[in-house]
Amino acid sequence: MAWVNAIIQGILIGGLYALFACGLSLMFGVMKVVNLAHGDLAVVGGYVAVGVIAVTHVPVLASFLIVVPLMAILGYVLQRTVIQTALNRSILTTLLVTFGLSVVIENGLLQFINAGSHSLGVGNSIITGSFKVNSQIQLAYLLLLIFGVAVVVLLGLQYFLSRSKYGRMIRAVADDQEAAQLSGINYRHVFGIAAAIAFGTAALAGIAYGMYTQFSPTTGTDTILLFAFAAVVIGGLGSLWGTLVGGIVLGVAQQIGAQISASDQLLAGYIVFLAVLVVRPQGLVARGART
Amino acid sequence: MNDFKVTRSRRNVAWTGAGALVVVVVFALFPYIFVSGTLNLMVQGFIVLTLATMWNLLAGYAGLVSVGQQAFVGLGAYAVLFLNIHRLSMFTSVPIAAVFCGIAAVPLWWLVSRLRSGYFAIATWVLATTVMLVIEKIPSLGSGTGLSLPNTPNLSSAVLEADTYWIGLAVTVLALASAYLLLRGRLGLVLTAIRDDEVAARSSGVRTGSARMLVFVIAGIGCGAAGALYAISQLIVQPTAAFSVQWTAEMAFAVVIGGIGTIEGPILGTAVYLILQQTLASYNAWYLIVLGLVAIVVVLVARRGLWGLADDYLHVRLFPVGYWLWTPEALASRRGVTRLLSRTGG
Repeated sequence: MAWVNAIIQGILIGGLYALFACGLSLMFGVMKVVNLAHGDLAVVGGYVAVGVIAVTHVPVLASFLIVVPLMAILGYVLQRTVIQTALNRSILTTLLVTFGLSVVIENGLLQFINAGSHSLGVGNSIITGSFKVNSQIQLAYLLLLIFGVAVVVLLGLQYFLSRSKYGRMIRAVADDQEAAQLSGINYRHVFGIAAAIAFGTAALAGIAYGMYTQFSPTTGTDTILLFAFAAVVIGGLGSLWGTLVGGIVLGVAQQIGAQISASDQLLAGYIVFLAVLVVRPQGLVARGART
Repeated sequence: MNDFKVTRSRRNVAWTGAGALVVVVVFALFPYIFVSGTLNLMVQGFIVLTLATMWNLLAGYAGLVSVGQQAFVGLGAYAVLFLNIHRLSMFTSVPIAAVFCGIAAVPLWWLVSRLRSGYFAIATWVLATTVMLVIEKIPSLGSGTGLSLPNTPNLSSAVLEADTYWIGLAVTVLALASAYLLLRGRLGLVLTAIRDDEVAARSSGVRTGSARMLVFVIAGIGCGAAGALYAISQLIVQPTAAFSVQWTAEMAFAVVIGGIGTIEGPILGTAVYLILQQTLASYNAWYLIVLGLVAIVVVLVARRGLWGLADDYLHVRLFPVGYWLWTPEALASRRGVTRLLSRTGG
């Protein structure tokens, strides 16, 4: 029964991992930018939430209403300035710039906030509670909520990309930037919108992570970025639903690893990642796209 | 004579060679002149310069932006620890550790070689973390906390420091010399061809995959040697420090600031790194913040780095790996040179 529990918990945490991954996946899909600062930006979202809650006393669950738009604006601005300038040079330049941003953000947080852990305590017994399925299996309401949010975000993105005006523009630019430009689309603005969405989801991921457990300045790279990337690769590059599958597979692998011994949790996840890389590099759910 | 002439450099290289030799000799005399604090700083510089030279080969010439080179730093350091536990001399263990890292690079390359550019970058990062997690499972190597080298040689600390310094100097000179010779040889031509047009290079019979793999293995050897040097200079090996992504941040920033795609760039970048690190040493994480910001600005504004700026005005090459085309007129006047192939793109 412990194993069944591990699998169920892994599936639920997979929702969180999918939330980590969807911004990374979106930015790569639209502008071919692998944002190495993605995880650090999610952590920044978490810290901003801590600050917003301290100042305005909004409930933790409502903090995203303020933090997500703030981070989305930051995303638009960063994309239109620094990242776009780098993109005009080369893909290599975008990597160097986002890696630089990652190091600067992480050490900036260490310097200005401190290396200690923070968390977003949820002062709400409905959220902190859990219900028992039987003596061995407990489902935390928070994880169920996060899983639900992840599904809603993915559904929303899917709907937005396939139905809305901006979604059509984003797909057009992603398919063929020059043709889209000839049809009168300002691709820089579209890139900015895509980055805004990506940063918004990253902020949501950061807040969700802060409610789930503690975070510190280094969480952005050693947990969020690497887990997000593992989920993207396992699920298949460029597939939104693949990201959810990837997150779930990663979560289950980690929980099963943790059943073997606590120190095997991370290792088990990465071994599954490497196995997918070797056996099925196009991912579990991909359309055969390789990058 | 109305012929064209192609040379490596506009100036005579023999002088640079002689100059390099003098510099190495002067550096070799440092332990007789300076106190230990300076020597420790120099060893730190040797580590960063070796790493930067390797990262420059990867990113500047082979187009492989690796964020996981700390895997090899850590493996090199742990190889020294392992050999030290088995009572091998600290100093003979450095070359063995380097070779071990080169061998380890082959299977690691096989794992990440399917991915390109950005995904390659994060994949190497995941790989480095995985290697660390595996090492942390070995109790005889100190598990998650690490170990001090148990069998330090029975030497006075001054002699030990001087020996460490000379090994560091040797590692760095070897790294620079092998990068220079490799790029002057066939590999340099192959990498230029790939950089300029990969499809054209492939269709002309260039084995792009094996060229990249060769660079990855060489970088593994170099970073492993730097990690080994780190282990003998610290006399303690800890997993989180040895496998820290900070290594890659330092090497990448040194390369970018100095000038990516030149051999001289990393040297200049390492100097900038040491100056910043020393000036900001008392402000904790500030030096990495400043280094990162400077690197971002350089990448966006002057992408050929400080050496690129110097090159634009002075046309100096200390380590010429490209070619100059002398037109008959230029040969006659020794002025107005047309640059055919410059190796400073990137």
